[in-house]
Parts: sequence; structure tokens; C-alpha cells
Amino acid sequence: MKPAAFDYVKPSSVDEALSLLGEHPDAVVLAGGQSLLPMLNMRLVAPSHVVDIAAIPDLKTISLQDGTLRIGALACHSDLASSPQILEAVPLLSEAVLHIGHPAIRNRGTIGGSLSLADPAAELPACLLALDGSVEIVGPDGSRVVPASNFFTGTFETALKPGELLSAVEIPVPADGYRSGFSELARRHGDYALAGLAAFGRVDGGSVHDLRLAFFAVGDRPMLATATAQKLEGQKLTPETIASAIGNLGKDIQVIGQPGCGVQTKLQHCGVLTRRVLARLVA
Amino acid sequence: MEPMIDLQITVNGEQVSARVPARQTLVDFLRYQLELTGSHVGCEHGSCGACTVRLDGEIVRGCLVLAAQADGAGVETIEGASDSGELADLQEAFHTRNALQCGYCTPGMLLTAQALLATNTAPTRDEIRAHISGNYCRCTGYQAIVDAVENVAAARRGEGT
Repeated sequence: MKPAAFDYVKPSSVDEALSLLGEHPDAVVLAGGQSLLPMLNMRLVAPSHVVDIAAIPDLKTISLQDGTLRIGALACHSDLASSPQILEAVPLLSEAVLHIGHPAIRNRGTIGGSLSLADPAAELPACLLALDGSVEIVGPDGSRVVPASNFFTGTFETALKPGELLSAVEIPVPADGYRSGFSELARRHGDYALAGLAAFGRVDGGSVHDLRLAFFAVGDRPMLATATAQKLEGQKLTPETIASAIGNLGKDIQVIGQPGCGVQTKLQHCGVLTRRVLARLVA
Repeated sequence: MEPMIDLQITVNGEQVSARVPARQTLVDFLRYQLELTGSHVGCEHGSCGACTVRLDGEIVRGCLVLAAQADGAGVETIEGASDSGELADLQEAFHTRNALQCGYCTPGMLLTAQALLATNTAPTRDEIRAHISGNYCRCTGYQAIVDAVENVAAARRGEGT
């Protein structure tokens, strides 16, 4: 199980990376490689060129400016878990990354890699959706910012066009009173989730406002349960109000089953996760 | 023709210059070119942890890093960590507690356990289990491995076992 032959290039700037991607239409971008390397080893992909962006210095920075947290695409999961800025501003990310793989994987895997791969079972796409964040994309025609709600378009599919590169993530720093919660169900620690939930909202004296419930690993992309969240708007979170709100989850999100975990089971998991995460949100 | 890459790597403290196929993984480079066969190859897709090595001081999957990506970096394998003596107490505890049988997972297990103890001097059994959850052992059932790591953590804190 070894990769097919490819050429390896390591640009030192974004411009150089973009021109390499333009020159070689069958190239793939390598960030941390924790999903790409298995795919190469199993020959699920056989690119002409691997463009390793690890040496581009501008892509590693985490910074806070004008109420927006900007995370470079190459920030790895261990960075997100330990960055004081992220712990302070968006603890949802610090909490979520601990569910990704194992320590040795988290030392290499990156936020930009996870978002641009768009695995439906991945944690960070759902977090970005819950936090109403955006991605910055650079391409031959300049850069653009795409909100998470428009970025994920299907299983392993995103708004990225050929020749483009995800360069950074932007997350509005939540105002006071906003809280987040995260949980997922997997057969073993570090395995792909069977269902997961990233939740974000404002808690005021036990009642919840502007709730965003982003489910993942239950459909072809991370999905907001907007009707369910709307039903809870201004409500006290009690076992009764939560039970009543999650009754219609099946109509709110497009759940797809997988072998060994059908639609009904996944919906059951979503209900369990909602109860657990919301209980912690108001705790 | 197979695309090749020139590398400068420090492996276990020694400078190494090499020419490798662009597609070669770091663990294959260590095993085949440098004949450092202590790092094992299990699943080759990041699940089993047998290939664990340190890259610039942090544990990584040797099968999920290209040798080319390690250009200019420092790599430590079980051979280096063992020779330096930093793992001697862990190795002794694995022996004493029967924390290995066939030994295939042991190099990865030792480096992973050492990484935990470097940041957490008093891990609970659950924390030990979570930390080694990415390292498969098909012989021991893990109980003895958790025992060994727990014992070493206590000994390093100066507490008896």
C-alpha cells in the first residue's frame, strides 16, 4: 500500500503555490496530510504533483483583530487545543479538536485541510457553521470570503474551485453571554463520528437565544437545525422544552443512513446529543 | 522516471543527506534507507500507531508524513530515544508489568506514553487510555500497558508504586 509516483513541490509563497496549481491541473494541495496521505497510500488519489504548502509563513498565524478571530489555514489541531486566544474567544474549537483522531494526528492535521476536504463526519466544518464563520479563499483572480453556510456543498465537496486555496478562517468573536457546547458519538475514541453536534447560542438566566445547532456525520455536509433552534428561542431549556423541540429533527435536517447506523438510529443519536449538549450549555 | 527529492534531515542527532523518491513515506525512509527498523509499519493509513516517531519533538505517524516533508527537520526514532536512556524506566515497567507480548506496537506505544508523561505528570487511567487510543495492541488488552504507564508516572513524581 504505497502511493503512486508523483512529483513533490514546496512553494514558499501563496503566489508561487497558486501558479503551481494553475500549471498542474492534476495537482493536490498538501497541508498536514492526515487525510491526504491515507488517500495517497490507498491510491484513492493519484495526483501528478503534490503541492506542500507547509513552508508558506503567512498561513500559520492566529490573530485577533476588530472583533474577528483569524486562523491561518495551517494552524494544526494541537495549536487550536492549546492557543490561549482560541480558548478565550472560541472555546468550541478547543473542545472539538480533542475529538479528532489521536495526539499524533492532531500534531499534523490542520484546520484548513479539514475544512477543504469537507468530510461529512469532520468536526471543524460543523464548528465553523455553528459559529457563523467564513473561509478566505485565494485564487488566480484574487481573494474572496465565503460564509460556512455556502462553503460546504456536499460529501467532500466545497465552493473551492480548481486552482484555488483556502488560506484562512474568520470567526466573529462572540459577545458576552454566548456559550458553546460540543459532543459526538463514535464507536471508539478517535473513530469517525456516527453523529455529532456543535451548538452555540446566548444564554440569559436559563433561557436561550440565537441558538445555532450544527449537526455533522448525519448527512452529506454539516447542517443547521434551524426550525429546532427557532422553537427553542427565548425558552427555558428544560427536559420538556428540549424533548418537544427535537421531535421534528427528522424534518429539519436531511439525515442519511450508513451501514450499521440507519436514519432512525442517527436521528435518535441527534436527539441524545441535543439533550446532552444543551444541558451543558445552561449548566 | 521516478521523481526524486534531496533531503537534509537530522535523525537521532546525526545529520543525514539522502535522495529519496518523492512518494516515499518517512517511516519507509527510516526503515529502508537508514535501516532503523524499530519503527514498525502496520496499517499505513494512520489507524494503528506502530509507525510513531518524533518530528521536531512531537509524535507523528511515520506513515502519514512524506520523507520529503521532513526536509530540514529533526527526527527521533525509538532507537534514539532508547539509546539516550530517556525511556529506560518506561521500558523496564513494560517488561515488569508484561505490557508487551509480540512487541510490534511497543516502540510506538513507548513514544506515545512518553509524550503524555512530558505534559501530564499525573495522568488518570482514563487519560492514559485516551492518549494511547491511537496505538493498537493486539496482545495485551491494554490493561498492563496502562498499569506500566501509571507506575512510571508515579515513580517519576517520586511516589512508590
